[in-house]
Amino acid sequence: MRITVTVDGTEYSDEVEPRTLLVHYLRETLGKVGTVIGCDTSNCGACTVHLNGHSVKSCSMLAVQADGCEITTIEGLARDGQLHPVQQAFHDNHALQCGFCTPGMIMQSIDLLADNPNPDEKAVREGLEGNLCRCTGYQNIVRAVRDAADHMRPGAGPEAERMSEDVRAPSAIGGE
Amino acid sequence: MTATIEPEVGRARARKEDARLITGRTRWTDNMTLPGLLHLATVRSPIAHANIGRIDTDVARRMPGVLAVYTGADLDAEQGTMPVAAPVNADATVPRHAPAAVDKVRFAGDVVAIVVARDAATARDAVDAVDVDYDDLPVVLDMEAALEDGAPLVHPELGTNKWAFFAFDSAEAGTGGNSDEAIRAAEADPDSIVLKRRFRQQRLIPAFMEPRSVVVDPTGDQVTIWSATQVPHILKTMAALTLGLPEQKVRVIAPDVGGGFGGKLQVTREEMLTILAAKRLNRPVKWTESRSESLLAAHHGRDQIQDMTIAAKKDGTVTALKVQLMADMGAYFGLFTPAVPTFGAFMFNAIYKFPAYRFELTDVFTNKTFTDAYRGAGRPEATFAIERMMDELAAELGTDPLQLREKNWIKHEEFPFTTVAGLTYDSGNYEAATARALELFDYEGLRREQTERRERRDPIQLGIGISTFTEMCGLAPSRVLGQLGVGAGGWEHASIRMLATGKVEVVTGTSPHGQGHETAWSQIVADRLGVPFEDVEVLHGDTQVAPKGLDTYGSRSLAVGGIAVVKAADKVIDKARKVAAHLLEAAEDDLEFSGGRFAVKGTDKGVTIQEVAFATFTAHDFPEGVEPSIDADYTFDPENFSFPHGTHLCAAEVDTETGRVKIRQYVCVDDIGAVVNPLLVEGQVHGGLAQGIAQALFEEATYDDSGTLTTGTFVDYLLPSAADLPSYTTDRTETRATTNPLGVKGVGEAGTIASTPAVVNAVVDAVRHLGVNDIEMPCSPMRVWSAIKSAGGAQ
Repeated sequence: MRITVTVDGTEYSDEVEPRTLLVHYLRETLGKVGTVIGCDTSNCGACTVHLNGHSVKSCSMLAVQADGCEITTIEGLARDGQLHPVQQAFHDNHALQCGFCTPGMIMQSIDLLADNPNPDEKAVREGLEGNLCRCTGYQNIVRAVRDAADHMRPGAGPEAERMSEDVRAPSAIGGE
Repeated sequence: MTATIEPEVGRARARKEDARLITGRTRWTDNMTLPGLLHLATVRSPIAHANIGRIDTDVARRMPGVLAVYTGADLDAEQGTMPVAAPVNADATVPRHAPAAVDKVRFAGDVVAIVVARDAATARDAVDAVDVDYDDLPVVLDMEAALEDGAPLVHPELGTNKWAFFAFDSAEAGTGGNSDEAIRAAEADPDSIVLKRRFRQQRLIPAFMEPRSVVVDPTGDQVTIWSATQVPHILKTMAALTLGLPEQKVRVIAPDVGGGFGGKLQVTREEMLTILAAKRLNRPVKWTESRSESLLAAHHGRDQIQDMTIAAKKDGTVTALKVQLMADMGAYFGLFTPAVPTFGAFMFNAIYKFPAYRFELTDVFTNKTFTDAYRGAGRPEATFAIERMMDELAAELGTDPLQLREKNWIKHEEFPFTTVAGLTYDSGNYEAATARALELFDYEGLRREQTERRERRDPIQLGIGISTFTEMCGLAPSRVLGQLGVGAGGWEHASIRMLATGKVEVVTGTSPHGQGHETAWSQIVADRLGVPFEDVEVLHGDTQVAPKGLDTYGSRSLAVGGIAVVKAADKVIDKARKVAAHLLEAAEDDLEFSGGRFAVKGTDKGVTIQEVAFATFTAHDFPEGVEPSIDADYTFDPENFSFPHGTHLCAAEVDTETGRVKIRQYVCVDDIGAVVNPLLVEGQVHGGLAQGIAQALFEEATYDDSGTLTTGTFVDYLLPSAADLPSYTTDRTETRATTNPLGVKGVGEAGTIASTPAVVNAVVDAVRHLGVNDIEMPCSPMRVWSAIKSAGGAQ
């Protein structure tokens, strides 16, 4: 089947097998290997990307379901050499070690902050429940998300504005 | 002019490694593509024990895009047997562990055939088309059942499932008294007590986040292997030995590696099979496992039964300890399988001055996935057992568990101290770590609350758990490894290259997979050579770039590999001093080196190390007879292990009506010696705590009666999420190691080793007044509720 998708700002049109998962399409067809696969039961969240501005686990979606959609991966977050505030906060707070869960963790954190711009610790922990990390014990991830929230509050600077226009595009499918 | 620069060592530097990881510009093995790359998938036995009958590969072979299907028999002339680096007894027979099973499968997950196809999806489709006849054999899964007469034999040629018996006795070793005699004496003494307990270390799965992956490129007679491994150097040597490849033709690259925790401290069957397939087809081949495959077939950890006997005077002075350990090897040996429980032998006496100690170990084969190193490897098991025992002994004696520990532990003024297990602890201060932990914890306040909750029969009860741990790490003095029968030494290598532009390349034989060595080693070298942190590049993980090393495990990287870096840097300075003296027309003795500059004492004349590097590069004006290089390397072999320690305190709430456990507070104060980067240390502690808490409360690999793994996905194997874990309060005390110039001890495993008993002690403490004195791990709501129920103490 032919699909047309926009990934990290570039439009692609490809023939895909109907059974191809979105994550396999991203990695194998488009070479978007920043998005990784950590499990086969949609528990770990390592493959999380944004589909029309909402986080989805790209292992639990077929590529054909993404036809016509706009996808942002971890590779498309930094613009003009400037890190997204959540990426910056993960670095500043030592919120990653091996880094394998990090793409999914960052993408989910951005979605979480879009829904709740000022989450308390419990809200962050619950919001990231679908993303597993084996290295950090989560404490610094929680700290990073709350640190990013501080930097992204209205009036906190251009990063915050950039995020709202890039990430929360009108939703076609997915999200709540 | 000596500028005062803030030392790099000790600074909480954010990591150099992060830039590529947070932007997705990563180099995981599975990201690798090569022209003509083929994909390998495995046919695994769903049966735990069976003779292999006919394998019909015809349908699979004929599928479009399938290049080859090989059975174990097809590969047997070349596949060799998987290496074991750690036999316990020189005369013990090591059963064959073929990369692909030939006549018989011995656990559900054994490879019986491999498929190679043009893409991964086709390879997996073809796996389903391979038809294997299995002639089922009776399975043996339980260690005690495996030791009974007439039990099915995993390796009939051994005539038993009991592989080896290892004993350490302090009386025989001359390191203490006779434990059996001391226990008998205590039994006969009304002023003494003898306490016995059996603990079970459940089977765990390391569950690194990046599934294992290997890519093999056979070009000419050169074999290049990319692998998600902790041990590229060991893999290079072992691949050569196993498959008969010339070692000088093998290059191993560990690119970005997504966690290991001991789980990637392995030379794998799948690596060997991928090499064989690539060589046969003369094409590059990739194998990447699914999570289910990883949980099934990557090695597991723990799985021990610990029979503990402790004797003490009624005043709390321990007089003897005896440990009888059974360790489940699973169906085969991996690289260090039998070494793991043996390693624990030296840690059961922990921080205490026990006068007599006996350790007996029985290694048992069963029809399950083989076990091997998992974070701590032998030491978490030992620490759990002794720290649980100390709490049980305190309860029996009616004394405070902290006071009981203090009565028996080594006092800070008694270091260096040779233990009853024969190790010499160089330094430590258990009093200081405990005092700091108590300050942070409000021990007295929580004890008051506990009493109040008990008195008012609150359905939510509160328990306090203690763990005052130590561990042996910094693997390891080569001489000691030799005595233990390990097939390699424990040295580590580093080299430093001074580039023409004044930048510095540091080559390390350690192989990080999340720890942050690039950052920490840069800090060490920046200080030592007086160069900017940013100017130092750390190279690792490719045997062509870092040709010499023994890799990363056992909390050894800093305490061994970091010291090699320090010593190499010192050699650079020594070599540079000669050149500087020549350039400055001064005597070497008149130079002082500080802040990256050689200065002639008492003058303003000087030359920077970067200027010396450039002068060495041009070599236009060089001292007579001196080699034009200031590069240096060093191989460091430690004289002793290092011994981090700490005091961990856990307050847990137990809902006596549902059995649910909630960690309300977790405080740990670790003493890991000097610290290079506190941010990295904190991260290691956090992650270690999470894994130790996971053993206490959540994780267990289980099998059904037929030997099928019933925790084969992340739906069933409960890796804790952020919502399952608490925030931790961490702090440090600092007693420098005296056996290395940095004073460091290692931190990779500390959190995991210490936290499991702290949590279980807290859970048991919460319900002890209801008649409970043990709960098997993981302390799930069901187990906790059942323990309360069967003790008859429900409120």
